[in-house]
Amino acid sequence: MEITTPTKVRKRPQLHRIQNGRFRRFWNNKTLLLMCLPAIVFFIIFAYLPMPGLYLAFIKYNYTDGIFKSPFVGFDNFRFLVMTGDLWRLTFNTVVYNLAFILLGNVLQIVVAVFLNEIRLKWFKKLTQTLMFLPHFISAVLIGLIAYNVLSYDYGLLNSILTSLGFDPVKTYSNAGIWPFIIVLTYLWQSTGYGSIVYFAAIMGLDNEIIEAAEIDGAGAFQRIRYIVLPWLKPTFIILLLFSLGGILRGNFGLFFNLVGANNTALYATTDIIETYVFRALMTNFNFSIGSAVSLYQSVFGFIVVMTANWLVKKVSPDNSLF
Amino acid sequence: MDDAYEARSIRTDLGGIIVKIVGYLFIGFFSLCCLLPFLLVLGTSFTSESAIKRFGFNFWPREFSTFSYKIVFENPDLMIGSYLVTIGITVCGTALGLFLVAMTGYALQRPDFAYRNRISFFIYFTTLFTGGLVPFYLLVTQYLSLKDNYLAVLLPGLLSPFLIIMMKSFVRSIPHAITESAKIDGAGDFTIFIRLILPMTTPALATIGLFIALGYWNEWYNSMLFLSPDMKYRPLQLFLYNVITSADFIRNSAAASNVELRDVPLESMKMATAIVATGPVILFYPFVQRYFIKGITVGAVKG
Repeated sequence: MEITTPTKVRKRPQLHRIQNGRFRRFWNNKTLLLMCLPAIVFFIIFAYLPMPGLYLAFIKYNYTDGIFKSPFVGFDNFRFLVMTGDLWRLTFNTVVYNLAFILLGNVLQIVVAVFLNEIRLKWFKKLTQTLMFLPHFISAVLIGLIAYNVLSYDYGLLNSILTSLGFDPVKTYSNAGIWPFIIVLTYLWQSTGYGSIVYFAAIMGLDNEIIEAAEIDGAGAFQRIRYIVLPWLKPTFIILLLFSLGGILRGNFGLFFNLVGANNTALYATTDIIETYVFRALMTNFNFSIGSAVSLYQSVFGFIVVMTANWLVKKVSPDNSLF
Repeated sequence: MDDAYEARSIRTDLGGIIVKIVGYLFIGFFSLCCLLPFLLVLGTSFTSESAIKRFGFNFWPREFSTFSYKIVFENPDLMIGSYLVTIGITVCGTALGLFLVAMTGYALQRPDFAYRNRISFFIYFTTLFTGGLVPFYLLVTQYLSLKDNYLAVLLPGLLSPFLIIMMKSFVRSIPHAITESAKIDGAGDFTIFIRLILPMTTPALATIGLFIALGYWNEWYNSMLFLSPDMKYRPLQLFLYNVITSADFIRNSAAASNVELRDVPLESMKMATAIVATGPVILFYPFVQRYFIKGITVGAVKG
């Protein structure tokens, strides 16, 4: 390392030299910069250019006037969303669904990982792992079809079973009350196997000597899991938990849209989340301004939540914080 | 073995056995739950429409019938068209996307790249704050004029911060000394990337490429947004979505096969289309599964 006298340099502000330095730095990095250029252009176009479009949230957009001539209405769109109760319902649904996904999901993933670790039959482990990952690899469209196979009033498997047991068939697609269970179960079905990989990998990282030492000290299987494996997973759990809390205002559009259907109004009370509402505002009601208002709300509060979550991660484990 | 060891193993046996039994049962049950819905779709696709009407969807066809497959394959024009569109988008998108992700990831991982932190944050910020669906839609349809253009499906899927971060963590395992020595030998940054880094990161490229390819294969969201129903050949998942949600769509596509409208097996056609559209991925998937596992263990913990 070269020893410099920075104070002296700073005392003589030579503009052209600084510019020269900047330019030289730019020139030295030109190839690497060029290599990043496509990505930079890509994110400018597809991520940054839409951002100013959120201005739509403050106007009453109509097609003939376009963005620039439509009347400016300030916070009227937000007022409308609050007055109709839409904003509260969407926030509630999105947040509560995500909480259920995150908490139940992580718990189930840990259970699967711990049990997988207990399995010694190689072929059984391989086969079951493959099967459990399978739902992750199919499209949301197929998930919707599978749900229809089970839930359809006329032909669904659920009603076949119910009637054969002597119960009345359920009108699933018009009964809003049961949808939270359906959606959460479908989510768990799809994501648990895949999500358990992280926990399973963490258990693999556990030093075998620790377990052997515990066994020599007389720890049984229960104690081994309770006092060694689970505490070992705790940091991973907390980190993943905080990360997913950062996305608590982001909904899984594909899942909700394909399960519920495009215009099943009977289920909106319990299944409408921010993403599906914005989608309808755009594609069905052509109310661009209301849609943008909800998006802006989601982005701003989502941003605050991520920042808070990251701040918490930093406190728990500085190595894992995002920035 | 001495007595103490024997005593301990007897004492712990019971708990261990219980944990094992519960473990096998639980894992076995859950795996079955993951498999059965697919068998349900498969079974129903081979069931005659009259049996479906009477007994509902079932794992095992009460009346075996390949009628719905016959309709799908007798006039395969739409299906083959969809396949070709999806294959085309997937191949082009994966090749280009993989190249861009790898190049960006490598450059951003170079410790001597002066702007790495700034550009990394520039990319990462897009996951923190977004313009939302409406401005994105207006951008693609009005300003880029990509409505009814396959590029509207291909372009937005090329890059993602998640995959760039994953590439960065893969590249991190390659010692920087390799780049440095090549530089001393006079190689340029791009040459180093192409000739040295790419061959050394093939497992990483396989993983990332598969993530991109799976994304394109399962893509239906942008297709639904930007491709209008009057496009004849649409990506596979959108085709499947139309078949599932619109009875008219099935009738129209079956009409070309000279089937009486009332004979069209609406329900089993949905399942047969789903099987034809998804089958290849599911058959392919056990062979590539390990790459996905690698990706999530590298990418999930920290970028």
